[in-house]
Amino acid sequence: MSNFVNQFWASTIDGLTQGAIYALVALGYTLVYGVLRLINFAHSEIFMIGTFATVGVISAAGITSPLAGVGLLLFVLGAGAVAAVVSGGSAVVLERVAYRPLRRRGATQLAALISAIGASLFLQQAVSIWVTSDARTTERVMEKVNLLTIGTGDLRADKLLVFVGAMAMMILLDRLVSGTRFGRAIRATAQNADTATLMGVNIDRVIMITFLIGGAMAGVGGMLYVIFFEVTNFTVGFVLGIKAFTSAVLGGIGNLRGALLGGLLLGLIEEYGASVVGAQWKDVIAFSVLVAVLMFRPTGLLGEALGKARA
Amino acid sequence: MTEHLLSLSGVTMQFGGLTAVKDLDLHVTPGEIFALIGPNGAGKTTVFNMVTGVYTPTTGDITFEGHRLNGLRPHKVTKLGLARTFQNIRLFDNMSALDNVIVGVHAQHRSSVVGAVLGLPRFRREEREGHERAMELLEFTGIADRSASAARNLPYGDQRRLEIARALGTSPRLLLLDEPAAGMNPSEKSALVALIRKVRDTGVTVLLIEHDMGLVMGVSDRIAVLDFGLKIADGQPAEVQRDPAVIKAYLGEAADAS
Amino acid sequence: MSAAKRLRLPSAPWTRAYEAASARWAALPGWARWVGYALILVAALALPSIPGLGDIMAPGSSWERILFYPIAIYVLLALGLNVVVGYAGLLDLGFVAFFAIGAYTNAILGGTYGWGFWTVLPIGIALAMLAGLLLGSPTLRLRGDYLAIVTLGFGEIIRVTANNTEFLGGPRGINQIPRPPSVEGVDALTFSITDSKPYYYLAVAFITVFIVILKRLERSRVGRSWTALREDEDAAELMGVPTLKFKLWAFTVGAAVGGATGVLYASFQTAIRPTDFTFIVSATILAAVVLGGAGHIPGVILGAFLVAWLPELARDLNKYRVLAFGAALVLLMIFRPQGLWPSRLREAELKEGEGGIGRLGGEVGAVVTQEGL
Ligand SMILES: Nc1ncnc2c1ncn2[C@@H]1O[C@H](COP(=O)(O)OP(=O)(O)O)[C@@H](O)[C@H]1O
Ligand SMILES: [Mg+2]
Repeated sequence: MSNFVNQFWASTIDGLTQGAIYALVALGYTLVYGVLRLINFAHSEIFMIGTFATVGVISAAGITSPLAGVGLLLFVLGAGAVAAVVSGGSAVVLERVAYRPLRRRGATQLAALISAIGASLFLQQAVSIWVTSDARTTERVMEKVNLLTIGTGDLRADKLLVFVGAMAMMILLDRLVSGTRFGRAIRATAQNADTATLMGVNIDRVIMITFLIGGAMAGVGGMLYVIFFEVTNFTVGFVLGIKAFTSAVLGGIGNLRGALLGGLLLGLIEEYGASVVGAQWKDVIAFSVLVAVLMFRPTGLLGEALGKARA
Repeated sequence: MTEHLLSLSGVTMQFGGLTAVKDLDLHVTPGEIFALIGPNGAGKTTVFNMVTGVYTPTTGDITFEGHRLNGLRPHKVTKLGLARTFQNIRLFDNMSALDNVIVGVHAQHRSSVVGAVLGLPRFRREEREGHERAMELLEFTGIADRSASAARNLPYGDQRRLEIARALGTSPRLLLLDEPAAGMNPSEKSALVALIRKVRDTGVTVLLIEHDMGLVMGVSDRIAVLDFGLKIADGQPAEVQRDPAVIKAYLGEAADAS
Repeated sequence: MSAAKRLRLPSAPWTRAYEAASARWAALPGWARWVGYALILVAALALPSIPGLGDIMAPGSSWERILFYPIAIYVLLALGLNVVVGYAGLLDLGFVAFFAIGAYTNAILGGTYGWGFWTVLPIGIALAMLAGLLLGSPTLRLRGDYLAIVTLGFGEIIRVTANNTEFLGGPRGINQIPRPPSVEGVDALTFSITDSKPYYYLAVAFITVFIVILKRLERSRVGRSWTALREDEDAAELMGVPTLKFKLWAFTVGAAVGGATGVLYASFQTAIRPTDFTFIVSATILAAVVLGGAGHIPGVILGAFLVAWLPELARDLNKYRVLAFGAALVLLMIFRPQGLWPSRLREAELKEGEGGIGRLGGEVGAVVTQEGL
């Protein structure tokens, strides 16, 4: 317990950093679930592709020493855009290939989920075979300077960047969904696809754009992940994906703000828990949270709310 | 009070802001055919859902032969002697008609994994009884010749009968029928009326939701009318038919019914 | 007309032939079918000994060894998962956990404490069943897709726990797990590192016992209840099926098979490590079940055989193995969701989807929603 007190501030900072990435990836699960009632199992691989896209940008840009100021800003915007496009594009292709044919046929949920798992395995192995099956480390893109010491915790520049970057994306998305015509179409589809069709909503397009946005968010999450950890591999999405999904459920699946809350909370719980029982149990802590939430509050903390409260 | 088979007292069901059933009192006497009627959306199916354990009423009590049903899981309710059919047919589509009914008969059975794996005597007895009873019921409902067909391949009217056979399989003392005549032609309807009477004559009490007024008036011993979740009448068919509130509720509906 | 429908057409004559054959099989008198089963059993036992077969089936490696592992082991695992996925319609993505529990039970009791195989076996089965019960009781109330993720997490928890626990050997695992006791003077039952045949015979015995058990369950209240709840859970519950209880049974029966297989596997490898029990194993078992035909024992055996054997055939292509599984799962779900060799019941169910993502969002059960169920 004394570790918990000693490391409280350090855990808090790390938990929020890690949680911000969970939250970005959780958005994709939540959006797709809200519209299709499908756990997009392969979403974790979309995130993984985003990390590799970022690694690609770093080596293509020939970065050999840490950036700062405008250089760093340009890099973040550029790499973020590339990762978002690559991941978003992959997500759209994924939807076309693995889900749409099933949707057309009116397939069962079981079939859709199995297809999703297949797609996930395929993408993982494709990267492992054709990119690399080893961990890929990258150059440091920014100096990890300490900006501020809070108690025992150091607020490092890269952690702040991850957090701020994730929050910015969240706010952008929230605006998009609550304030635009497209957002209305998403919400209408989430509520009732048949009615939405009658109202003139093009469902296929809505679904495509939903995957695109969810994928782009995961791509940006991947970029922030690489800046922070400076390493990735083809299985990086597996455990992170489960945790992001846990975040989505914790906050209330289908609920965008819930994804944010869930991600940050899960990051914190994990770090606090790790300070008590040891970091090697982090994954077990996260899975236990998932089981506990599903048992005691399956609608999550904020309820399921993209369309309406329940499936 | 004990002469009532099923009693609802002060039962209310709310869905969020919507009150689907409000402060309902309903008492079904053993041996009668009791009809619950009312316009679409009046709350009739919701009553069935509360009685069979799908929903727990927001307030009020439901008792069956002295057992309180509130909060019981549906299979427990069924085991107590209440069985139902569905407004939208919900058979086990790909199982044979016979197996559909056997599933119902199993409601009163107890053998499980151990019995089946070891082939214990009780398991063998229950298997035999399941087949025999199910076959009897298919004959009783007049679809025995289709016993081997998958339920989905039965004609519509036979599917409705199969739902009744499956419900009877659970050995109910109260049978709840949710719009059993929906989609039937006149000759199918009159056969259905005969079947409902036959069920009652075997000692099973019937609670019936039905839209066809002719059918309801002909077959029911007693009728209750729901409108917007409120009971507006309760009595003999002839009384209910003359009740101004009922006429008003139905005239309102007649305009948009086909 | 969807692509899927068009692509199924060419198989029609072959389908008709198969249906005629299976009708004739079903019409045979009971004794004739038993003779048939006995012949199949004899053929299975003869597989490792047929001269020349190994050169065709496993050029460049040991056919006997491959027959036991991976083939027979995956057949067993697939039979176990089939109870959960095929019969009860529940998606379990962490089935490897039960396999691991069986294997670790043998590693600890056999390897560390020196208990014999036949003593460990029932304990391994019991512990796996207990784990199934513990995992299932809180989670089986969940929607199907949530269950999938929770079981996936459970599989990982078991592996991570083994990895982090000194008592369980940590990342290095446990060595020197004893082999099953040999029968003095009988070569076919003398277990050693050099001869895989005895293990294969033992596995065939396991498979036979499980098939008998599963067949009995299929034709009982249990099997009918599984089918009913798979087809319409709400209606099943309302017809008196205690759905939660039978879902739990599906979980525990499946877990028992997984646990038994784990005990057997550990006594063959004599050394196990946490990396033997990754998600890929669960995914492979699932691929076997779905590929063959969920809910249909012959289909599931076929699926497991293919999934285990094909990669052995092309060892240099081994790195494409999981890639191919992934692609196969997607393609199967698009073009042949019922699998290669489905039961007639399941075929109809899986072809005509009626729910899930088909109707997109906003679908609430026709009469009953999950409230209170
Ligand atoms: N699960 C539910 N959630 C929300 N509203 C419901 C639910 N079930 C029924 N209702 C509402 O309750 C009212 C009564 O419905 P119902 O009992 O099906 O009517 P009836 O069977 O008399 O046609 C309707 O307005 C219906 O929309
Ligand atoms: Mg109704």
